[in-house]
Amino acid sequence: MNVVHFFLQHHEEILELTLEHLWLVGISTLLALLLGIPLGIVSAHWPVWNKPVLGTANVIQTVPSLALFGFLLPVPWIGARADRLAILALTLYALLPVIRNTYTGIRGVDPSVVEAGRGMGLTDRQLLLQVELPLAVSVILSGVRVAVVVSVGLATIAAAIGAGGLGELIFRGLAMVNNELILAGAIPAAILALSADFGLGWLERRLQPR
Amino acid sequence: MEPTPTNAPVIEFRAVIYTLPNGQQLFHNMNLQVQGGETLVLLGRSGSGKTTTLKLINRLLTPSGGEVRVNGTITAKSDVIRLRRSIGYVIQDVGLFPHFSVERNIGLVPRIEGWPADRIQARVEELLHLVELDSKIASRYPHQLSGGQRQRVGVARALAADPAILLMDEPFGAVDAITRDQLQREFLALQRRLNKTVVFVTHDLREALRLGSRIALMEAGQLVTVLPPQDFLRSTDSLAAAYVQAFREGWDSAANRGTS
Repeated sequence: MNVVHFFLQHHEEILELTLEHLWLVGISTLLALLLGIPLGIVSAHWPVWNKPVLGTANVIQTVPSLALFGFLLPVPWIGARADRLAILALTLYALLPVIRNTYTGIRGVDPSVVEAGRGMGLTDRQLLLQVELPLAVSVILSGVRVAVVVSVGLATIAAAIGAGGLGELIFRGLAMVNNELILAGAIPAAILALSADFGLGWLERRLQPR
Repeated sequence: MEPTPTNAPVIEFRAVIYTLPNGQQLFHNMNLQVQGGETLVLLGRSGSGKTTTLKLINRLLTPSGGEVRVNGTITAKSDVIRLRRSIGYVIQDVGLFPHFSVERNIGLVPRIEGWPADRIQARVEELLHLVELDSKIASRYPHQLSGGQRQRVGVARALAADPAILLMDEPFGAVDAITRDQLQREFLALQRRLNKTVVFVTHDLREALRLGSRIALMEAGQLVTVLPPQDFLRSTDSLAAAYVQAFREGWDSAANRGTS
């Protein structure tokens, strides 16, 4: 009962922090896509790049998130504002699933389909845009889905460096030993993660090639 | 495409050598000519170099030595995309695009060549008719078709931009014997009408005898001999004779068992 009451009382602040949270996750996911999909394509087409690219993304993934925030702090421009720092860290974490799934998705396209396309005179670009990416899209999306769900959770930690988002309520709650505050941050974050998971899962099934 | 002068081969291999990535050399100086309007069958076991030969023609592979000429032009010096679009290509696994409808699959080359939509549609209709498929099938997807239908769509797709040359790599290999028989019969009828220059890969002597105007026998990366079907049956070449022998064996063994 107390929690409901708290939500009603603080709905404006909760909404604002939720939007902030969404913004952190949205921008970082977008950046991860812009960076990760081309990197995935490169490593799928030129095997030389496969190990360095996936290896680097893997290593980044193993750095604990709080430590990563710390490492990025001295970086010029980025370190100047907490939200930039948080977005960069979240982008780096989201890279691995995006790159890996782009790579897997493209490598998974039936070789006879690619050969037929090449034999018919499709250019590399046409082959990529009309055949490989459309056939890999559901695999790529399942990577994006993992990235987003993880990001929603990780973004709560961004509050530790003052980047805002729902983590702020959680940290405040922890400091004040106030369960309602913690739940006010945790519940919307969980709902965000679940809806992203559901929505992207639906899209993934829709775009599944037959 | 420019008309080729009569008697000039449409496809020509001159002293071709191809080195595999593992360093093994295929085709020590292979010479082969394919005349306009003929169906040259490349017959051989798997690994004999049939498919490699085919891929050298549309430059999916490039010769390590010698030259391949198509319509007199050395392929290594021609625009590879133009070259491939001027040659129809059908492979065993068909390679239909699973995310494209039949219509889009067939109309692919015309579309990337920038044909207007109504012309593409008319062409698709015409081709479906040509390969004896119902035009209702146009909106279906490859996974909704039978094996025989897929093969027909594959042939229609290769013919879409009306190429003078058709390369077929075991196109009827993956269908049952009765469907194959029907596809072969249709191929012959089609070939009589269209008069394409066809290079056809198979490991099946029966198919080679039925479809080929000449049979090029390949073994272990070498071209053994090139013969018209009737001469092939009488050939004294040991490998050709072995093929004919194996072919007869099955028939004879059943016939000799008599009635039980």
